[in-house]
Parts: sequence; structure tokens; C-alpha cells
Amino acid sequence: MKASPYLVLALVLTVCFTLATGIEPRAASWSSRNKSNNVFGVLFGDGRRIFANQFFTMADVYFHSGYYPSVFDLREEGQKEIVEESHGHTDSPEDEIKEDFLGKPKDWIDRFGRHFRITKHTHLGGGNEREMLPWLRLAADMDPQKIETYTVGSFFLREHLNRPREAEAFLREGLRNNPNSYEILFELGRLYDENYHDNDRARDVWLLALDRWDEQFKNDPKGAKENKLAYEGITVHLAQLEREAGNWQQAIHWFQIAQKVSPDPNALQQRIDEIKKKMAAQPSPTNSQPY
Amino acid sequence: MNTIWALAGIVIKELYRRKDFYVLFVLTALITVAAGMVNFFDDPKIVRYVKDICMLLIWISALLIALVTTARQIPAERESRTIFPLLAKPVTRGQFILGKFFGCWLATGMALLVFYVFFAIITGSREQNWPWLMYLQAIWLQWAMLAVVIALSLLGSIITAAPSSTTTICFIAVAGILLVGGHLNTVALHQPQPLQTIFYTIYFLIPHLEWFDIRDRVVYNWGLVDWLDCVLATLYAAAFSGLFLLLTWLGFRRKSLNT
Repeated sequence: MKASPYLVLALVLTVCFTLATGIEPRAASWSSRNKSNNVFGVLFGDGRRIFANQFFTMADVYFHSGYYPSVFDLREEGQKEIVEESHGHTDSPEDEIKEDFLGKPKDWIDRFGRHFRITKHTHLGGGNEREMLPWLRLAADMDPQKIETYTVGSFFLREHLNRPREAEAFLREGLRNNPNSYEILFELGRLYDENYHDNDRARDVWLLALDRWDEQFKNDPKGAKENKLAYEGITVHLAQLEREAGNWQQAIHWFQIAQKVSPDPNALQQRIDEIKKKMAAQPSPTNSQPY
Repeated sequence: MNTIWALAGIVIKELYRRKDFYVLFVLTALITVAAGMVNFFDDPKIVRYVKDICMLLIWISALLIALVTTARQIPAERESRTIFPLLAKPVTRGQFILGKFFGCWLATGMALLVFYVFFAIITGSREQNWPWLMYLQAIWLQWAMLAVVIALSLLGSIITAAPSSTTTICFIAVAGILLVGGHLNTVALHQPQPLQTIFYTIYFLIPHLEWFDIRDRVVYNWGLVDWLDCVLATLYAAAFSGLFLLLTWLGFRRKSLNT
């Protein structure tokens, strides 16, 4: 008996359809890839995180307008300059020397080749910082758990491009992906304080950041030591906020806490002394007790 | 000279009859336009990443067009046996090589021109800036570099049997020079002997194609390269192209044409 090819085709299609209806619900639970809400998640799965660092580096390359060491140029590994910039660091003459990874030309080929390359260390400015944003956006899509992407992106958006709304949205996205991140909360507090001048929200967010920091490191003394600068940053900002609000007692309280972890407690002591002088000269009606 | 231009003309016609250029151009255009349409933080002024992607695609496409077009010239003539009537006419083997070289170089130059016009339109429409001299330098230096690549590919095509192997070997060599060539001296400094000498020898022998890559200057809007440096780089490319063409001629003039 010879079977018709159309019948065989129909049978195969029926078997395929039946199997698909049976297997599909199970297959959905095999991988979280399909549940991802971004295209990179669907394409690369968790492998996309490998690219996140590369994209973050690209943002740093753009920040330097192409003046950037290759894998062959020996340079001290440190924090990327976009991260340092977001922490308020500016280049000193020593830093400039460190950044001169090219050094003197080694031979005539090297010397002549430099006429075509970018050999000047500069940072983006005048609104051109926007050019880094695509790479930060991509880095965030590739690795939503890479916290510095959100803090650096938000810093440049609000500080250099005067776009606090977009900065807030980016930070909130980061917070959704990393609900326990004290770094993102700290940056969010800065946005409320410096851009929106909303002291109450800034205070609340920074207090929450301190709680998160405590939760994260209460059983990890080594981690606490390594991240004490973040703790100092939050407490100093809280102190400054209270000082500006005239809550001097609370300002002193936060400065004293910051002193415990600060690499330069004397500088903080000076600020405490200044507040005490002011208090002595003009007692504040809001000398309420600290939290 | 007329013989050389006649041979070159055939190669140019071949380029626009084949699909390679169209496919690569459409791919470049599609990827660039798609990248340009992505919205980052609602900022329509962001443009450098589009320039970066487009320039990279132009470099890859031009390199592929140059290599693929050149690598098949001599093997195709031999395989179809059209080389016999061609050389039976008053065409010397030297003229044949030069005709093929200029044909491939001009054809690649025309393709490059189309790519750069597209690049200028796309970036100019977003940036509202038309640095024509910068584009002229970029296209000229890239074209000069492609002359070396085409001459190298012609040399490869008389050594290896199949165009595919010539294309692959030349592509790896050129990509290697572009990516690592300029850093071999740095690498050599940190190697023990005799590796140091070997690396340094390679460094001084290879054509430094990375000089001709001024994509970063275009993308980051760093002004023009000194014109004198452009002239010197052009002479450097001409010297290497001449050397490879001479080697090709030396190899080809005694080569048996039977497949």
C-alpha cells in the first residue's frame, strides 16, 4: 500500500502540533530568557552581562573623545574616570601624568602614526556628555544589576545635561532592578536635594540608604570597611542637609557619625566646631534631638 | 596605458554587475538607519554612536569589497580560459596586473564614495554639520590603504589556488595589522629574546595600515590631519602597493596559466 505524500505531510503536521501544545507550557519554564522584557535578554540570555562591561567602557572612551588606552598600553587599573567624575573627583596634575599612557614615541613609526591618532587627554563638556548616554543605556540593558551604570548615567543627566526627570527615571529603573542598592538611593537623594531642593524626600531617601548599607554589611566587617566611604558620603550629605535646614543638633550628630569612618575626621571636626560656634552665637529654635 | 584602462574598465563593470556591493551597502544602510532610530533618553541630538557604527560598517564593507573583488580576478580569468585570448593580444603580463589593480582600486573607490555620501547625509542631517574636508581626508586615506590591500590580495591570488583562501588569508592579515600592528613595538618591549627581535622585525616590515584609519577623528570631531602627513602617508601606501605589485608581476610572469 502506498501512502499519499499529502497524507504523510498532514500526519507529520498533526504530530508536530500535538507535541507543541503538550511541550510548550513545560518549555516556558526551562529558561527565563523568553520572559525577558528587553531584546538583549531574549537574544543572549544571561550571557549579555559579558557585554555590559564593554559598553560601560565605551561610555568612558566617549567621555575621553577617543583618547583611551588599548589592551596593549600598560596602565594602572583603577576606577573609570566617568565613575570618579560622578563622585566629584577632578584631575590633578599627577592624574594627568598618569593618564598619559602613550609616553614618548618609541620609534619613527610610532611618532608618525600619532599624527593620525587622538593624542590629547580631554573630557566631554558643553552638553556633549549626551554622547555617552547610548552606551550607558545599553550597559544597563545588558546587565541591570550593574549599579554604577545607573549612578553614573544619572549624574551626567542631572549635573551636566540638566535633565533631572530622565535622571530620576533612570535611577528608579535601577532601583527596581536593585531594590537594596544604597548607592542608587544615595544618588536619588542627591537628585532630590541638589536638583529638586526637596529636603524632606532627600532626607528620607538617604536614611533609607543608610538602612540598606547597615543591612548589607551588619554581618560583614570586611565589606563594611571596604565600603565605608559610601557610608561617609551618605552621613556627610545628611549632615549638610540638616545644617542648611538649621537643624544644628542633628547636623552635629551626622558629622560625628561620619567622623568614625572618615579618612579625614579633623576636617569634619572643623565643621562641627563651626556649627557649635553658630549655635552659641544664635541659638536655633530647631535644636531638636537627633533621630 | 590604454590597455591598462581598458582592463580596468572591465573590472569596474564587473563590480556594478555583481551583487556584493549592493548587499553590503543595503546592510550598512539598514543597520545605520535602525541604530539612528533608537531613542536614548529622548535626546535627538545624540549622534556619535551612529557615526561610529556607520564608519565601522563602511570599513568592513570596503575591505570585503576590495578583497573579494581582487582575489577572484586572476583565478577567474584562468578558470574560464579568457586569459589566453587576452594575453594573445598585445597585452603584457605587467599590463594585465596593472589593469586588474587599477580596476579593483577604482571600483573600490567608487563604492567608497557611495558609502561616504550616505554617511555624510545621515550624520549631517542629525548633526547639522558638514565637515567635507574631514570626509575628504578620511575617504582619501582609506582609499590609499585599500590600494595596499588590493595589491596584497593580487599577490595572494597568484600564490594560493582558490579566491576564498586568498580572501580569508588577506582578511586575517589586514585585520591583524589594523588591530595589533601599531602595538607590536609595545608588545616586543615586554618579550624575552629572541621573541623581542622577531616582534620588532615584523613591526618594521609590515605596512602600517592603522595610520590610515582616522575614524576616531571623524567620529569625535577632532579636526583635520596635517595635509603634509596625508601626502607622506599616501607615498607610504604607494610604496607598499608598488612593492606588492612588483612581487605579483615577478611571480606571475613565469607562472603557468594552465589550470
